[in-house]
Amino acid sequence: MIEPLLLVVMVPLTGAVAALLLRGRALTPVAAIATLATFGAAMALALQVTEAGPQTHAIGGWEAPLGIELRADGLSALMVLMTAAVASIVGFYARTYFRPGVGPDAAVGPSAWSEREAFWPLWLFLWGALNAMFVSADIFNIYVTLELVTLSGIALIVLGGGTDALAAGMRYLLAAYLGSIAYLLGVALLYAEFDSLGIVALGETTTGTPSVLVAVALMTAGLILKTALFPVHFWLPRAHANAPAPVSAALSALVVAGSFYVLLRIWFDVAPAVLTIEAAHVLGILGAAAILWGSLQAVRARRLKMLVAHSTVAQIGYWCLLVPLTAVAGATTGGNAAGWPAAADAWNGGIFLVLSHAFAKAAMFLAAGTVTITLGHDRVDDLRGLATRLPMTVLAFGAAGVSLIGLPPMGGFVAKFLLLDAAVATGQWFYAVVILGGGLLTAVYVFRVVSVAFGSADPAAPPPAAFARTPRVLEVAPLVLALVGLALGLGATLPLNLLGVGAPFPPLAGPGG
Amino acid sequence: MTPFLIYAVIAVAIFTVGLRGLLVQPHLLRKVMALNLMGSSVFLLLVAIARRNADPAPDPVPHAMVLTGIVVAVSSTALALAVARRLYAATGRDHLPDVDDDA
Amino acid sequence: MHASVQIRAAATFLSGALGVVLIAAVLQLPRDAAGLTRLVDDELTRAGVTHAVTAVLLDFRAYDTFLEIGVLLLAALGSLAIRRTVDLRDIVPIAVPGPVLAVMTRVVVPIMVLTGGYLLWLGTHAPGGAFQAGAVIAAAAILALLAGRRSITALGPRAFPALLASGFITFQAVAWFLLIGGRRLLDYPPAIAGELIVVIELAVTVAVAVGLAGLFAAAHPRDDD
Repeated sequence: MIEPLLLVVMVPLTGAVAALLLRGRALTPVAAIATLATFGAAMALALQVTEAGPQTHAIGGWEAPLGIELRADGLSALMVLMTAAVASIVGFYARTYFRPGVGPDAAVGPSAWSEREAFWPLWLFLWGALNAMFVSADIFNIYVTLELVTLSGIALIVLGGGTDALAAGMRYLLAAYLGSIAYLLGVALLYAEFDSLGIVALGETTTGTPSVLVAVALMTAGLILKTALFPVHFWLPRAHANAPAPVSAALSALVVAGSFYVLLRIWFDVAPAVLTIEAAHVLGILGAAAILWGSLQAVRARRLKMLVAHSTVAQIGYWCLLVPLTAVAGATTGGNAAGWPAAADAWNGGIFLVLSHAFAKAAMFLAAGTVTITLGHDRVDDLRGLATRLPMTVLAFGAAGVSLIGLPPMGGFVAKFLLLDAAVATGQWFYAVVILGGGLLTAVYVFRVVSVAFGSADPAAPPPAAFARTPRVLEVAPLVLALVGLALGLGATLPLNLLGVGAPFPPLAGPGG
Repeated sequence: MTPFLIYAVIAVAIFTVGLRGLLVQPHLLRKVMALNLMGSSVFLLLVAIARRNADPAPDPVPHAMVLTGIVVAVSSTALALAVARRLYAATGRDHLPDVDDDA
Repeated sequence: MHASVQIRAAATFLSGALGVVLIAAVLQLPRDAAGLTRLVDDELTRAGVTHAVTAVLLDFRAYDTFLEIGVLLLAALGSLAIRRTVDLRDIVPIAVPGPVLAVMTRVVVPIMVLTGGYLLWLGTHAPGGAFQAGAVIAAAAILALLAGRRSITALGPRAFPALLASGFITFQAVAWFLLIGGRRLLDYPPAIAGELIVVIELAVTVAVAVGLAGLFAAAHPRDDD
């Protein structure tokens, strides 16, 4: 019996190679088998971690610091499961989206590699790379996985071949490359001081000395560049908006969450001594600025995909709030048990927000893709009458938007409730205002789209018959993602229990404080 | 100054030159070269870190990290050049457009 | 379009300030440290090769190398995704005219390929190995390309992706073979560790050579561009 911890990495990477070599007729079954098998492995890992606690594996039998160890605690397993669920549903959408005559594929020559044939190997590569990142317990190995994630993401962006996509991919590549170098420099400094690359060993030995501070600052700078936290978010909107719809969904839902996950590992596991209250507040203020800036840009966006992409910039800001909320809650009580429920709430709320955002944002990008295919454009002001033509898609977009706003019964509500609870319990009113105010701004841009979509159709517009018939799958997949967001709101206990396994702030009280 | 420190300080100097080049040079090829310069400075630092005492053999782990890092850098550079070249063929521009209008 | 004076000044200041901080950090690092040298030396007898760096790359931290050969494959796939082809026969000839290169190539290319093979063999006990070997062979292929030979551009839509992925596939095959046999990930049985590493090194050499030369060729315009 091969451990699920290894299967979640090996299965998608093997699938990627199979999809590359077995093109043509075999591609669809290969993609389907790889998707189902990876999803199954992710489920198995989540069950194993829930039941038996964190899993570790010393690769080649060489333990750290000589070798590389893989480790999956609740956070890792939850990220792997989130990736599996989003990637499976988006992959189902992509199967139809890239069918000849459906998506916006350009003319294909006789010897060419079609968009569909290029998509699947790159897609499975991205999936395997994300999983490898989530289960790695070695800071240099994480550097390699970050590169795998970035390069597969960029290859998927430029797949469409349009000039905008090329320019956006180039900007993303330069930013991500700089981020990798900064991260690697931090790794070099940590290794020089502590003779280890293993996260567990580093967490036990790192101190708060200036050189560790510089190393962690470099890694942080590199990772916020890759996560696109304000003010280094400049590359994200165009890169996410100009990619093919399934790719946009994965980039916004999963890829930025991946580098954010690494940030959490660095702050909470590699160098917890560095995470002072002041440092935490810097991130909190950047997060608050990101919420404001991203939301305002989303409000004034002309294209639907740009609106959704700017919304990602804002939501990334929300994730960062977990850092000051957790740090202050942990510190104000001097680390005694009384402060833990608030710290655990902040930690759980922030991660749950990453989780609910993944489903909501993937649903929104897929919905935007369906709209573009049906109408031939995604100009927000010209979406009138959309609710009658694509009711399921508008419903999916609206429900996902409700989750982003943070209203019940969606998953986003649970996340924001936990964050708000932690902010109030520790008297951090600034962040409480940011959490609530950001929700209002989100409501403005979500309802802007929904209200236009429910407007009566322009009488001058061509009748529905003039439009291409939209394949059913393209309407169903965004709705399924939105429904998962609803399920997260109704059944938050399961993912929160998983998240509690090996967490830095194990919840003493039940979820919700 | 030990040899380690000399190399390490030179590495930092190269890193800053590369960073400045990346920030001020609009030409994509120069930006990619600046990133390569920065990457090489980190490799130089790692090689210096590997040799901080009089052992007959240097620490092999940073050497392996450099070899892995070189392949990663070559890969990123090659993809960047391919995108830049395609962008130039399609638009005739050798630099990126401004991000002022992001709507 | 050039950066304004203010932007240049700000960039200079930012880079300089970061440089000062980094020098301060570097000065604080331990000056006399052996890192993991002793640990690698102690375990070298249990690794499949006798050269320490190769042992780290292909045994102790073989997983890094596995993923890194995937990075190279991905970069090549990305370049090909832009072109939307995996058929290098579409590439227009890139020959640089002139007799010197043509004559020189005939002499130098075989020597370079031999050198690559020598570097690969050397890697088991001295500095060298699959990456150096692959890079030299790739350079030979590019030189031949510039002299008007087909070399890498002779590969069609089946052979090229297969050779490009050969290193990654071989790593995966070894990994699955050992996993199904009940061992850990990339945990070579001591009896055949040396042989498995040689197989992986050979495949990685091919993948690096084809990958680097392919990246060079794939950046060139297609016939119909």
